[in-house]
Formats: sequence, C-alpha cells, structure tokens
Amino acid sequence: MMKSVFLRNAKNYLMTGLMLTATLAVLIPLGLIFFHIMKMGMSSVNLDFFTQIPKPTGETGGGMANGMLGSLMMIAMASLIGLPVGIFGAIYLAEFGGSKVSTAIRFAADVLSGTPSIITGMVAYTLLVVPMKGFSALAGSVALAMIMIPIVLRTTEEQLKLVPGSLREASLALGVPMWRTTLKVTLRSALSGVMTGVLLAIARVAGETAPLLFTALGNQFWGKDLTQPMAALPLQIFSFAIAPYEDWHRLAWAGALVLVVVMFGLSLTARYFGRTRTGE
Amino acid sequence: MNNIKVHLDNLNIHFGKTHAVKDISMDFPENSVTAIIGPSGCGKSTMLRSLNRMHDLVPSARVSGKVLLDSDDVYGRGIDPVAIRRRVGMVFQKPNPFPAMSIYDNVVAGYKLNSRMVRSEADEIVESCLKRVALWDEVKDRLKANAMTLSGGQQQRLCIARTIAVKPEVILMDEPASALDPISTLKIEELIEELKERYTIIIVTHNMQQAARVSDYTAFLYMGDLIECGETKKIFTTPEQKQTEDYITGRFG
Repeated sequence: MMKSVFLRNAKNYLMTGLMLTATLAVLIPLGLIFFHIMKMGMSSVNLDFFTQIPKPTGETGGGMANGMLGSLMMIAMASLIGLPVGIFGAIYLAEFGGSKVSTAIRFAADVLSGTPSIITGMVAYTLLVVPMKGFSALAGSVALAMIMIPIVLRTTEEQLKLVPGSLREASLALGVPMWRTTLKVTLRSALSGVMTGVLLAIARVAGETAPLLFTALGNQFWGKDLTQPMAALPLQIFSFAIAPYEDWHRLAWAGALVLVVVMFGLSLTARYFGRTRTGE
Repeated sequence: MNNIKVHLDNLNIHFGKTHAVKDISMDFPENSVTAIIGPSGCGKSTMLRSLNRMHDLVPSARVSGKVLLDSDDVYGRGIDPVAIRRRVGMVFQKPNPFPAMSIYDNVVAGYKLNSRMVRSEADEIVESCLKRVALWDEVKDRLKANAMTLSGGQQQRLCIARTIAVKPEVILMDEPASALDPISTLKIEELIEELKERYTIIIVTHNMQQAARVSDYTAFLYMGDLIECGETKKIFTTPEQKQTEDYITGRFG
C-alpha cells in the first residue's frame, strides 16, 4: 500500500519535471534571442535610425527610415489586396458555401499557408516581376498578400462560425436580407476575433524576408514608387548583417530590435482584441 | 370563425431522409391564437419555421405542399423570402436580443439593419412598442443600456417588441416562455392575449396548461402527423382522437 503511493508520487514528480523541462526548452531560446537583440541593438537605436536612410559605404551613422517606410507601405498595400480576399472568402465559406466547394477552398488555403514563403516570392516574381521587367514594391506586396490570405481566411471563418445561429435567425426573421444580416450582424459580432486574425497576419508578414528578396529587392534610398524596387526592414537587416562593415552590423541589430518590438506589440494587441471578445 | 390568415395544404418537410412533417393541411384563423402541441420531436417547431421560410438556411431541408399567407403562396415562384419574413415575424425559444446593441436599438433593429430608419419616427416606435409589451416603465430610464443587462423575461419581451416594431401580420412563437420563470411566463401570456387583437399568433408550446390558457385553437401533432385540430376548448374537453386524449391527460408524451 505505502509502496504504491510512493511509486505514484515518484511518477508524478518525474512527469511534472519533464513538462517543466519542455517549457523551459521553449522559453530559454526565446529569452536568449530577445535579450541578445536588446543588448546588441539598444545602443544603435537612436533618432537617426528612425529618420535617416543608410549612409554610403565608408561613412558612419545613418538609419533605416527608408526600410521602415517601405515595410509600412508594402504591408498596407498587401493588406489592401489580402484582407478583402481573406475576409470575403471566409464569409463565403462560413455563410454561403456548399460543402464540396468549401472543402476544396479550405484545403487550398491550408496548402497555401504551408507553402514556404520563398516559393510565394517566386510566384510573385513570375507573375509580376518578369512581365513588368523589373523588381517592384507592388510585386512584394502581392507576395505578402498571398501569405496573408490563408491566415485571414481561416481565422475569420472560425470566428464567424462561433457566432450563434440564433442571432442570424433573429435578424432574418425581422425581414433583413441575408447579405445585410451577414455584414451587420454576423461579421459585426465576430469583429474583434476577425481583428485578432488580421493583426496576426500583419505580424506574420512584417517579418517576412524571403518573398521580398526577388520581388521588392530592396533599395538604399527613399523609394516611394510602387513600381520601383523598395526597401523593407527585414531585407535591410539581411543585407546589412551579411555586409563586411562593423557599422552596418550595428544598424542590422538595431533593425532587428525594432522589428521584434513591433511584432511583440502586434501580438499583444491581437491578444487584447481576443480577450475583449471572450470577455463579452 | 375569423378569416383564414394562413392555410397549409399537404405540407411535407424533409431533412435529408427524415420525414419531419407529414402531409399536414390546416388553417390558422386571423386575429386569434393557435397553439401547436405535441411531444418533443413531433415536428411542431419544424412546421412553425416553415411558415416564414426559416428552413431556407438549412441546405438539407426540403419543403413541399402549399403554405398560403392570405392568398399568397409562401413558397411560390418569384416570392422573396425576405418579403414573407417582413409579414411573418418570429419570437424564438431562447431570448436573442442583439448583444452589441442597446435596448433602444434592439427595438428598431428591423429598421436599422435595413437602413430605412427615419430618426424622428424611431423614438415613437420605441416608446409605443415597449409600452405594448409592458416593458416601457421598466426600461424607459436606461434605453441606451446594453440589451444583455435585462433579465431573461425582459429580454424576451424586448424580442417581442422588436418583432412587432416592423409591423408583421403574423407572429410565430417557438416556445416563447419555456426559458422563463413563472412570473415572466405569466407576463408573456398576458401579452399574447393582447397581441391577438392586431396579429395572428401561432405558438408552439410544450406546456399544455399554457396552450389551454392562451389559445383559441389547438393542433396536436405526433410523429410528424397532425392528429387533431380544432377549438381549444373542445380539444381539451372532448377530443375526438384517443391519442389526443392520452396526451393531454398526461398518459404519454
């Protein structure tokens, strides 16, 4: 009797210990990355970093303002393309779709979200860069949009499905047409959850480098023309980190820090939206 | 007997392979309350929901036979279900006010959601509808409060106010009091009594005492078949069918 209790307790401690180890194994690398980036980047994040473009080779100082502006513009453009497709697609899946078509679309979205992002970049290259005979911010935005669509589509669909059918029925029974019911009752009720998905999708593409490599290409100057190559923060971090200059490495660390903080902020905001929803 | 408002002619409803409502023909007289009673799963709610085409949302549902609203075929060619639902309102079993809206907005939701609201009329509609469901005195000082702050019984009366605000001709009620306490139930029943002056009411209920109290006519359904229908007094005192008698005396169901 005593022995079996002892054994059971021993097993309990062993398993708890194993789970604790697994948790630490996840948390430690995350903490290391964060602190290392803080340590290396903190000293280089200053006003110049946010207001200036990179200095020519050999001069010290400068910043990544063009990269941040470029990222902002391309993310905005990608959202403009990707969000309507993702959200309207999700409405179709959740509210109108027949079962066979829906299954096919869901499968396609899952495959698309599993596609390595460099492949997405190659698709945008073939579709836009080659016919337009040049790298462009537009091609970069399209590549990012292709990554956003499946994320937004699936999260929005899940959120719409959570809206109780009784609300749709209440609206329909008042003589409100289906499309108005969908927009003003169903989508409206799911709005905070949909926002969470949108923010997560933005956070995801904000850090994407691979699909921009041969679409937006990068730019050392203020490129504001969507049909021309454009700088992006992750691209700049990449090219500065592999450059042989100490000063550029510093800027790359600063860029990494800014990027991590932005993503952290987006994730927290997404969580906030998610929480207000369940709080209702 | 009053004019016939709704007429069913060999109504059949299938869900996939399930035959839920079998060949029902009956009349619902105008400005009166007709109760539909029967044990769980007998097709009461299914039949009720076919009257304003709520089954259109369910892909596996198939409705055949005729439903006539006055002389209009509800399932006729070229008939817009939205137009039917504006004439045939519905109150559900569980109170379902719009959670993101205030009490005020819930009452005029039918107008707001359809964007055909005239601001000056709205106040008037809200007051008169809330008065008719006897909710005005309880909520007049907090019309802008969220509808979910009301009690269940108040929410259900709000839902009825919302339904009558769009001026339907027929009101369908699917066990409107089954989720409520006895006092709230009593209020809903009194309300039904008043509402029949203006509307034709069809109510599904599990509660036979309720059917006896509020309705003028009663239909008894069993396993998708209409067993008997007629004046409530007669159904509850001298039913023609043995099954009806067994059910209302509590011998089965």
